[in-house]
Amino acid sequence: MSELLALLPGYLTAHLQLTLLALLLSIGVSVPLGIAATRLVWLEQPSLALAGVIQTVPSLALLAVMVPVLAALDLQSIGFLPAIVGLTLYGVLPVLRNTVIGIRGVDPALTEAARGVGMTPRQQLLMVELPLAMPVVVGGVRTATVWVVGIATLSTPVGATSLGNYIFSGLQTRNYASVIVGCIAAAGLAMLLDGLVRAIEVGLARRRRGRLVAALAAVVLLYGYAGATLAAPLLGDRERPIVIGTKSFTEQYVLGAVITGWIEHETSRPTSLLQSLGSLVAFDALDAGEIDVYVDYTGTLWANEMGRGDVRAGRAETLRGVREFLEVDHGMTLAATLGFENTYALAVRAADAERLDLRTIGDLVPHAPRLAIGADVEFFARPEWPAVRDTYGLDFREQRAMDASLMYQAAATNEVDVISAYTTDGRIAAYDLRVLEDDRGAIPPYDAILLAGARLAREAPDVLDALARLGGAIDADRMRALNLRVDERGEDPGTVGASLVRELAGRAPAAHRNAPPTRPGAP
Amino acid sequence: MTAADRPVMIEAEGLTRRYGDAVVVDHLSLRVRAGELVVLLGGSGSGKTTTLKMINRLIEPTAGLVSLDGVDTADLPPHELRRRIGYVFQRIGLFPHMTVGENVAVTPVLLGWAPERIAARVDELLALVELDPEMRERHPQELSGGQQQRVGVARALASEPRVMLLDEPFGALDPVTRERLQQSFLRIRAALDLTTVFVTHDMTEALTLADRIGVMHDGRLLQVGTPSDLLTRPADRYVRRLMDTPRRQAAVIDALAGAATAEAGA
Repeated sequence: MSELLALLPGYLTAHLQLTLLALLLSIGVSVPLGIAATRLVWLEQPSLALAGVIQTVPSLALLAVMVPVLAALDLQSIGFLPAIVGLTLYGVLPVLRNTVIGIRGVDPALTEAARGVGMTPRQQLLMVELPLAMPVVVGGVRTATVWVVGIATLSTPVGATSLGNYIFSGLQTRNYASVIVGCIAAAGLAMLLDGLVRAIEVGLARRRRGRLVAALAAVVLLYGYAGATLAAPLLGDRERPIVIGTKSFTEQYVLGAVITGWIEHETSRPTSLLQSLGSLVAFDALDAGEIDVYVDYTGTLWANEMGRGDVRAGRAETLRGVREFLEVDHGMTLAATLGFENTYALAVRAADAERLDLRTIGDLVPHAPRLAIGADVEFFARPEWPAVRDTYGLDFREQRAMDASLMYQAAATNEVDVISAYTTDGRIAAYDLRVLEDDRGAIPPYDAILLAGARLAREAPDVLDALARLGGAIDADRMRALNLRVDERGEDPGTVGASLVRELAGRAPAAHRNAPPTRPGAP
Repeated sequence: MTAADRPVMIEAEGLTRRYGDAVVVDHLSLRVRAGELVVLLGGSGSGKTTTLKMINRLIEPTAGLVSLDGVDTADLPPHELRRRIGYVFQRIGLFPHMTVGENVAVTPVLLGWAPERIAARVDELLALVELDPEMRERHPQELSGGQQQRVGVARALASEPRVMLLDEPFGALDPVTRERLQQSFLRIRAALDLTTVFVTHDMTEALTLADRIGVMHDGRLLQVGTPSDLLTRPADRYVRRLMDTPRRQAAVIDALAGAATAEAGA
């Protein structure tokens, strides 16, 4: 718990930065647009309709879509910017709608009086219409505040730190304390900000100057804090830390901690960890230089990034192809192969394996029409699935997509009968599942490799050397054991990763180790 | 100097307002001399309020022109024209987010007066409309209807206009308050030598206030004259019927009073 709470100041600050800036931008866009919509009749319906359409896009998708959109515009596509753009768009509708309603709602007798006393249209707006519409506009800001604080938790997969880091990593590592801390903190922040905006609303509506001033002062302080913390890294000319990225599942969290600890131990350089990136976001982040190192798997890159449909290439051929792709096409370095494969495998309950005498995937074929297969959301869309299905002629009764973290439990509780397990997942053993052998080699190799961005080769060759010394350091049994400590014993991935770093560092002092950087590990 | 010798302050010529096919004001011509109080009298839909609003261009005329002190109002930016003309609204139209003092000061602020001059002017105006100086910090909602309209009059007078336009300003007030405000207004306009156009549908109010009355019906100005002109020489049947209403009402009241006296005597 104390480990969780130690992360709170950082996550909360990041969440506050996202929320406050996005709200400011939302207001900055919506209020002028709302005013224009009350002046130019043709603008009202299209602008409200567009804002309404944006609102109907699922929030996670809206944020994720910002990544390719910003990349196409040659802007920062991972991290703060896509989150800010997505959140700002989300905040537009309530403020825009209430601005239009608020201004339209001003008594026509008052706008006529404003003209009658000699106001210009601009003075009429600033001195009469806006002040009178303000309580309604602020009501819209309240709605936007609560929405944006909540949706900001979804910034984590696009690489922006937020309270969502608690929730995403907690869900993936089944650390429900982490999920709850994230939810409570986000709810608390929403209530605090909503309370402040409400105090402004009441202060305006009932002309309580004291309350208004106090609430505004608190808002200004919060903005000051968010602005200062945002600006601090830009102002200081501190060396940029080595940024380690992770995707959002247990093994990646553990390896993130291992790499971070290892780089610090071997090079004493400052590091920072950007966790829970979307699976496809991580590669783009490395390519764009937003992160410097992360772990990916040869088969994933082969199929997703290289677009190769021939998933049946051999292991060595795949690794060679991936290396060429990374180093030639993208200027990255394949710094090491870690020594294990984390591949997809079909797994069944041990009891079923016993009863039906299942040993290979081929043994499943006659039983498949009575069985349901469950897999993570990605699997059914990947080339592996048709490859496995067609190689063996599998025809399941039902296929169900679900979150990877729920798959194993779904098999254990008979919700599904076969799952697309990851071979290094500790839960295979924990839930008493049996992996079926892919005797016809339908599933491509998935060697875990360390990818390093162009910046390391340029500026930090010592880090590349250190990463190379991790070559072959983790075999499949060890990885499975590490994953199991997190998934079943509820240990913190950071703690688990750090323990491995201590072990590796103790086994052989850094300076004397000199493992070949890319030696493929034994499976 | 009699009124007839003074220069024309407001002159409307062929003033017309159409909305589609409907003619709301039809070729209206009217001259108001400096210091004169002309009442536009007519039923609802007669075009009297539209006429008033065309004088300060709250409504733009479809045809015809208005000149103010010899200047064509179409040549002035509308907001500048309106700052020179006091306007009192039927629905009062005080700004609810401003204090009484701020409401009164609004036109001087727009004109960019110095703060000390504005403060002194607000005090002066509150005294003129017989409001307690403490009222300046209150908000309009805290005032009675009569007090609100006194503020409305003070606001209209703030920039020392020589011309005042009033659109049924006392229509929503109870009879006692209305009479008190009418008397206040008569005193103020005499003291400030205001040229005034006053719109009402209330015959008694017209007779009480007017130097001259213009009777409007269906967008046309039927007759303009002093109250006694209209009473003694109505130009047509509509004017005669209109002028007869106070007498008929007085007869009803006399009869009731007579009956009451008779009862008391019995």
